[in-house]
Amino acid sequence: MEVGQMQRQWIDYTRSLFIEGFLDAQFLQLEQLQDDNNPDFVVEVVSLFFQDSHKLLNDLTVALDQKSVDFKMVDAHVHQLKGSSSSIGAQRVKNCCIAFRNLCEEQNIDGCLKCLHQVKQECCLVKNKLETLFRLEQQIMAAGGSIPLMELSF
Amino acid sequence: MGMSAAAQFHVLAVDDSLIDRMLIERLLKTSSFHVTTVDSAIKALQYLGMVEDKLKGYETPEIHQESNSLKDIPVVIMSSENVPSRINRCLEDGAEEFFLKPVQQSDVNKLKPHLLKSRSKEEEETQPINNNKRKQESSAPFNKNSYKIKI
Repeated sequence: MEVGQMQRQWIDYTRSLFIEGFLDAQFLQLEQLQDDNNPDFVVEVVSLFFQDSHKLLNDLTVALDQKSVDFKMVDAHVHQLKGSSSSIGAQRVKNCCIAFRNLCEEQNIDGCLKCLHQVKQECCLVKNKLETLFRLEQQIMAAGGSIPLMELSF
Repeated sequence: MGMSAAAQFHVLAVDDSLIDRMLIERLLKTSSFHVTTVDSAIKALQYLGMVEDKLKGYETPEIHQESNSLKDIPVVIMSSENVPSRINRCLEDGAEEFFLKPVQQSDVNKLKPHLLKSRSKEEEETQPINNNKRKQESSAPFNKNSYKIKI
């Protein structure tokens, strides 16, 4: 596949991620912070997010599995996940966390368990999407091309 | 680049989230700020020299307020929670600005006017420079024109 084709593929894929709500404008902010002096910034921050979220999701699983659930602690974990997902522009994960916090406030265990399942799914989905995106970027760079500038105009 | 020490502002950013520290650091550096990040309020106070450096976990820090210049450092609060009463309380207690997370470039752009204002206020002062400040200027990268950002 030649570079122009790959770049168009990248544009279409990126656009779909925004349209489907996986990413929001904050992700574009991240991309704008990347430059020649910090060429791996986005990948680094995103990787960090997935390491972080993996741990948080494990902690949440354990916390919700207790005989007497400590909702304050559950809420603290969800708050952290909400914050980090918001910071990288992972919109669907963030929205899940917002719903999750409401359920914590209601001390609704079943609701929380359902939400936890959903958050795990959303994290998995966005992780796969971003990995695909980064792979596309690597292919473009390897072929000597550059990543197109993305603007949200739709 | 030719940027003199006098021209560059130094920001101390405090956030317990590593991701947010990375973000704020990049945002600030893009705007040519010199940045130091710490992950807790205690570490921030230690960095500013307001508490002892070596504190054991159980010790309550005593805050030294010897240096007048420190209390003039503008403070900006960042939070992901949009709670108007809390925001107003921060502003009433002396914070210059409140940024809702995730922090944007446009937020960071609001910092320089505050810093330029505090710098020109300093230049008007005719008080003799005390030893404390001289020591700071020669040893640490920290200078009086600091902006502390807290979560």
